[in-house]
Amino acid sequence: MERRSLIPYLLLLPAIIYLLGFIGYPLIQAFYLAFTKDGALSLDTVRRALSDYYFWDALRNTLLFAAVIVPIQLGLAVVLALFMNRTFKGRDLGIYALIIPLTISDVAAGLIWFSLLSPYGFVNKLLMNLGITNTPIYFFGYQFRTREFFVIVLAEIWRATSIVFVIILAGLQMISREYLEAAEVFGAGYWTRLRHIVLPMLKPSIQSALIIRTLFAMQIFGIVLILAGRDIPVLAAEGYRQMVDLKDPGVASIYALIIAGISLILAALYVKFLRAEYLEVSRQ
Amino acid sequence: MNDETKYLLKKIASYAVVFTLVLWIILPLFVTFLYGFTTAEDYYNPDKIIPTTFTTQYIETILFTLGAWDGIRNSIIVATMTIIISFILGIPAGYAMARYIFPGKDTIKLSIVGLRMFPVIVMAIPLVVLYINLHLIDTLLGVALAHTAMALPFVILITSSIFAGVSKELEEAALVFGLTRLGAFRKITLPLTLPGLAAAAMFTFVMSWNEVFMASILTLNNRTLPALILSIVAGAGGGAAPDYYKFAAAFIMTLPAMVFVFFTRKYLVTMWGITLK
Repeated sequence: MERRSLIPYLLLLPAIIYLLGFIGYPLIQAFYLAFTKDGALSLDTVRRALSDYYFWDALRNTLLFAAVIVPIQLGLAVVLALFMNRTFKGRDLGIYALIIPLTISDVAAGLIWFSLLSPYGFVNKLLMNLGITNTPIYFFGYQFRTREFFVIVLAEIWRATSIVFVIILAGLQMISREYLEAAEVFGAGYWTRLRHIVLPMLKPSIQSALIIRTLFAMQIFGIVLILAGRDIPVLAAEGYRQMVDLKDPGVASIYALIIAGISLILAALYVKFLRAEYLEVSRQ
Repeated sequence: MNDETKYLLKKIASYAVVFTLVLWIILPLFVTFLYGFTTAEDYYNPDKIIPTTFTTQYIETILFTLGAWDGIRNSIIVATMTIIISFILGIPAGYAMARYIFPGKDTIKLSIVGLRMFPVIVMAIPLVVLYINLHLIDTLLGVALAHTAMALPFVILITSSIFAGVSKELEEAALVFGLTRLGAFRKITLPLTLPGLAAAAMFTFVMSWNEVFMASILTLNNRTLPALILSIVAGAGGGAAPDYYKFAAAFIMTLPAMVFVFFTRKYLVTMWGITLK
């Protein structure tokens, strides 16, 4: 079509200007807030951030959450998607149930799991009435940080596996039947087909899902505040506190930049190690 | 074991798996809804797993005394503004991506995908400084502008794949019959892509409806629902609100989302399919 036309650029321009203004400008400003003092370059804010009592705990907890939650979600989602990609009665109902959490926010998910596991919650009452325990099991409170961690992991898996599931299922549906039928004709069993055809072809979907989920896991915030308060400090929540309670935009920016930095490094690693082979071939 | 029993066992296993899954998702929701309407006496009675007396008192308190009704209204206004702004900016960009070949296209597309990965938290803090200068702090427009920055890369990518789904030939035929390019877009492409665009709009709505970090940082008095609820109930250890208020709050937040999924369940899967090609 019109190869030397200005029209596409004009159509793209407003969106690009907007994104530069709202993402580019804050990014530069964040660096400015983090690394200057009274207009001159300074590491003073960095020192203040690193010496904060909660800093290293927050960094460790955030990474730990991502490292525990994301692989479980991926594994679970792949199994669920493989299962739901078959046809059987009740499949639509199953898919519908699995995507309900897509629209449940982390704040709501935190409240929902609190209702199940609080001292007078459903699970404790059930266990006590069945005679399994005599006193309620406490899942929340400073003394029970390991349990709080476990509950947050459980709630995140309940809430956010659905987005991974949807992406993987969409990826599965794009795999052409012909490949699988051809392999079947040549005698490949289910596991062989899974290992040599389905999983390699799912790589782009797995990559997208991993990037999206890792990104959001690094920003984990609302669900932690609801279920654990400050018992388990995480980077985003500490950034929020520095900004809102302590009015320290510089330190808050450092927290934000660390989140962004780690996310970008992990995303780059996923892109490097999960390269989709067949896409490379078709590009040549 | 003969084939028939094998088949039957497989079938039973399948249904067991589906049943467990549905239960795993539904039970927490069901319990929350139940407890959201429980009276305090029933809730603190250790023998009543399933409450027998119900009240709407706590839900009403959250809605009308603690301001959740305003939160809902604010969330709807912010989400609607986000849809409008991100579509005004995103549809032309998506159309350009789908229909034109031009130098630098791949670079631009890659940059947009890259921006999609940008954590909103980095944006929020400097925006506070900017918003104070622009008098946008604590305004719904301010939150909507920030949510637009978050949603716009998605909208461009989704709309571009939706437009790419309408064949170029249809538009070219319209051009031959004397319509202008804009006319062809309005009369041919837009009607054909309306369902897809509606799904994209709903997705944008949900993104904005659920976002809590930026809404919390950029507003104090005009909070969206998640930000408001977070400030009412934050912290299990030192949470200000009694338990049964938390469940009522969860009910208020979750119900609209579930209604939404019911209406868009068909599109949700396909939309991701085309988006992530």
